Amino acid sequence: MSDTTRPTDQGPTDQGPTDQIKTVTNPAGMVQSAASQEYTSIEHLILRVVMKVLFAPIIVFALYVQFHGDYGPGGGFQAGVIFAVAFILHALIFGLEATKKALPQGWLSVLMVVGVLLYAGTGVANMLLGGHLLDYDTIDPQSTHHAGQHYGILIVEFGVGVAVASTMLMIFYQFASREPEISDEEW
Amino acid sequence: MENDTVTLAEAATLAIDLSLLTLLFLVAYQMLKSRHLFAVVMLSGIYSLLSALFFVSLDAVDVAFTEAAVGAGISTVLMLAGMLLTARREKPLMPGRAPVAILVVFLVGAALMYATLDMPAFGDATAPANAYVGLQYIERTPNEIAVPNIVTAVLASYRGFDTLGETMVIFTAGVAVMLLLGAGSIKGGRQVKDVSDDGEAQQ
Repeated sequence: MSDTTRPTDQGPTDQGPTDQIKTVTNPAGMVQSAASQEYTSIEHLILRVVMKVLFAPIIVFALYVQFHGDYGPGGGFQAGVIFAVAFILHALIFGLEATKKALPQGWLSVLMVVGVLLYAGTGVANMLLGGHLLDYDTIDPQSTHHAGQHYGILIVEFGVGVAVASTMLMIFYQFASREPEISDEEW
Repeated sequence: MENDTVTLAEAATLAIDLSLLTLLFLVAYQMLKSRHLFAVVMLSGIYSLLSALFFVSLDAVDVAFTEAAVGAGISTVLMLAGMLLTARREKPLMPGRAPVAILVVFLVGAALMYATLDMPAFGDATAPANAYVGLQYIERTPNEIAVPNIVTAVLASYRGFDTLGETMVIFTAGVAVMLLLGAGSIKGGRQVKDVSDDGEAQQ
């Protein structure tokens, strides 16, 4: 990522709004953001290798937190956030476009709705089965060890996880795709 | 011998608590002092991690987990992304108003410290937080829900309606961000490309 085409605005002076607009309108920013996605050099090699190793364990940990919430600390909220963090790290290291190829933005808006509907739908299903809203015992009324409660909690927590993960990623996509990616020096 | 180990454990707990609180104080002070927004964002992430540790020392693992994941993980990244849309440095402070502000802060702080004298001791069995509804949850969960983690039982079953509301809040926040930042730029039923993709100024 060569910085020679950028305006030299890294001085200790206050970078007001005028500098900001200059950075946005500068066509050099486009060139740079296109070049930064190719990764032909060995830039950030350690970060990229570490991320490749860590990505799958983070997802597995998210799933563990998701489905182990009945037994230990955790649940849908935390699992959703951890799941989103895996993809955010991916975006930070490989660039947003690569992550959008792996997990398209269109899927996220669908998943946001699916998560909320899973939760609300469980509640409505309980009503249709003859109970109150979110009265999970109606799922399996014959059970002696409250299996209905367990199913209900699992489904509902999964809905929370899906909704939280997709919403967090969606918010990140929205914020991150406002501006072309910036060079290391600009931080 | 037994007496000795108890005091040792107590001393260790005190040392951990004190060092965590000191670190929290130092990080908060540094956040106030720094004008460099990148440093402030990073420090706020550190602050979240430290408070997560503090929650662990208060035995609130679920809260600590959430704080570490949401506070240190997601918020830091979102703050960084938000920082990209604005300046990198905070404007210098206007001089002259500091004495009044310090006075107000000290008065509020003193009032809060005075209020803590009335608070029940940590872990007090007769404290309101441990006595009424909390006790009911602890007594009933094994019979009514039968999941080992009572926090999950309260969150997803007893207070399932609250959690549904929380999920809705997150969903609404996501939709609001989409609307404000332009994912839903739909023209004639088709999604159109955002202007910022062409490198044009948005403001």
